[in-house]
Amino acid sequence: MAEVLVYVDHVDGAVRKPTLELLTLARRVGDPVAVHLGAGADGAAATLAEYGAVKVLAADAPEFADYLVVPKVDALQAAYEAVSPAAVLVPSSAEGKEIAARLALRIGSGIITDAVDLEAGDSGPVATQSVFAAAFTTKSRVTKGTPVITVKPNSAAPEAAPAAGTVEQLSVTFGEKSTGTKVVSRTPRESTGRPELTEAAIVVSGGRGVNGAENFSVIEDLADSLGAAVGASRAAVDAGWYPHTHQVGQTGKSVSPQLYIAAGISGAIQHRAGMQTSKTIVAVNKDEEAPIFDLVDYGVVGDLFEVLPKLTEEVKARKG
Amino acid sequence: MSLRIVVCVKYVPDATGDRHFADDLTVDREDVDGLLSELDEYAVEQALQIAGNADDAEVTVLTVGPEDAKDALRKALSMGADKAVHVEDDDLHGTDAIGTSLVLAKAVEKTGYDLVVCGMASTDGTMGVLPALLSERLGVPQVTLLSEVSVEDGKVTGRRDGDAATEQLQAALPAVVSVTDQSGEARYPSFKGIMAAKKKPVQSLDLDDLDIDADEVGLEGSWTKVDEAAERPARTAGTIVKDEGEGAKQLAEFLAGQKFI
Ligand SMILES: Cc1cc2nc3c(=O)[nH]c(=O)nc-3n(C[C@H](O)[C@H](O)[C@H](O)COP(=O)(O)OP(=O)(O)OC[C@H]3O[C@@H](n4cnc5c(N)ncnc54)[C@H](O)[C@@H]3O)c2cc1C
Ligand SMILES: Nc1ncnc2c1ncn2[C@@H]1O[C@H](COP(=O)(O)O)[C@@H](O)[C@H]1O
Repeated sequence: MAEVLVYVDHVDGAVRKPTLELLTLARRVGDPVAVHLGAGADGAAATLAEYGAVKVLAADAPEFADYLVVPKVDALQAAYEAVSPAAVLVPSSAEGKEIAARLALRIGSGIITDAVDLEAGDSGPVATQSVFAAAFTTKSRVTKGTPVITVKPNSAAPEAAPAAGTVEQLSVTFGEKSTGTKVVSRTPRESTGRPELTEAAIVVSGGRGVNGAENFSVIEDLADSLGAAVGASRAAVDAGWYPHTHQVGQTGKSVSPQLYIAAGISGAIQHRAGMQTSKTIVAVNKDEEAPIFDLVDYGVVGDLFEVLPKLTEEVKARKG
Repeated sequence: MSLRIVVCVKYVPDATGDRHFADDLTVDREDVDGLLSELDEYAVEQALQIAGNADDAEVTVLTVGPEDAKDALRKALSMGADKAVHVEDDDLHGTDAIGTSLVLAKAVEKTGYDLVVCGMASTDGTMGVLPALLSERLGVPQVTLLSEVSVEDGKVTGRRDGDAATEQLQAALPAVVSVTDQSGEARYPSFKGIMAAKKKPVQSLDLDDLDIDADEVGLEGSWTKVDEAAERPARTAGTIVKDEGEGAKQLAEFLAGQKFI
């Protein structure tokens, strides 16, 4: 079977869940060859192998951290030339999309971004996308070159399928342009101890109705009782009540959890764009006319300050 | 020497309107009201601020799009940009991201630039790849997804708030930057601005002017193909209850029934 390159998203060798999803989807199209850039390849290899990587191409160099995006494109291109894959799959993070786009242009290939599903087709992989704030579903193909496709988190349930996962060193020559944008400093984000927003099975989000940074504890308490991630609408973020990294929607994160709970959020189109594909949607809003109620599986018309604390208690009681 | 800034702006179907596909599975841009992509207003704003802080600067807004896309240029001009370039050609219909990046790159080069400013993503395609593609094509640094940007001494610096970290970036001009909606509210055009915009020059270019062959762009020249587009079935109406003291309990019951607790 042909090989498929899978770009690994990791933090110092701790492989992030979207990569496991990508390996699972890649197996529908070919044998996954993982590309691991930066430190920690040996540690990551075991996980990558468990999810089907036949090979792990690894490269580490200071350039990856010291300069923006382009050194990684150089490396992915080296992997592409070494393997001649049937497709290249990259996680749909902001950086992933930039890397994928530049690679596609260099190798003369079309690119599809933000796929939510992938199947093998008669003429190459077929990508499903969710467009216009998830009002439409499309199926697309790359018609020129080796398909380069970025895939959104939560697009597949990771399935283990052990393979060899042999680590091979990838030799990379950095181009003259690779050092164009210097990363002068980097401040890692502090962990909240809660699940990653884009990876979480349950997300509890608060909007303008939360009415103050100090009140977000109502959202956090419910999230913690459910083991959920915390999200926020742009109105709440713009008001400075919650960090932008938690924003759900068109210009924030796009989430697709099993359960999405929106509290004090009206459901504007730009917010819906980021959560409409959630499996089950629940809303608490005191305005029964709020558009969010058009989407819900279960809605409570009421004051979130009444409903949420009681719900948190109920959840805790039932979980024992 | 004057700092030449080119802002790439897109004319997009209104997100709050009824967006849909045309028969050839391209985005319908005719039947729907369009406007300057809200995310590109942030790009215009930052370009104007950078220009305002420079000794001498000129801001050109550039769009690739149909006749109506002039509206987007007018809006940007009324915000304060100096001049506009409109690339318009029937053969452009259906061009994908790779093709659009070719047209933008050629138009930017023809206009002359020290700095290209883009929005973070278009509100219709939402790919967020054009700034990176432009940087690759032009062979200049990409300094993208900035929530803060400034230009000084021939260098652009900015803050990129990523998932895992916040990074401080720096590159020498010429460069391509993109700015996010966290970069600062865009100004509203003043009455004076709107009147002045009417007199500002809008240059029209077609593919010939840019030395681009028709088969490199358009639906035929596209390197990707949409085979199917289906409206997502409306979500089936859910249960809605009014909280009269029991709302939380009822909701907990529902969540338990769905095995979430
Ligand atoms: C280009 C662009 C990009 C955008 N990107 C995003 C994005 O990524 N994400 C996003 O979220 N938005 C985005 N927006 C903004 C979006 O249009 C809305 O303005 C925003 O989502 C509104 O947030 P909200 O629902 O919290 O506030 P509102 O619309 O003000 O709604 C607040 C809701 O809370 C309810 N409420 C108030 N008090 C209570 C209470 N005590 N109990 C229960 N309910 C209560 C009210 O009834 C109301 O329905 C974008 C807009 C633009 C133009
Ligand atoms: N047709 C276009 N004309 C001018 N600029 C564009 C066009 N399409 C995209 N852009 C620019 O590229 C950015 C990212 O677009 P995209 O990659 O399509 O999401 C936008 O915010 C614009 O600044």
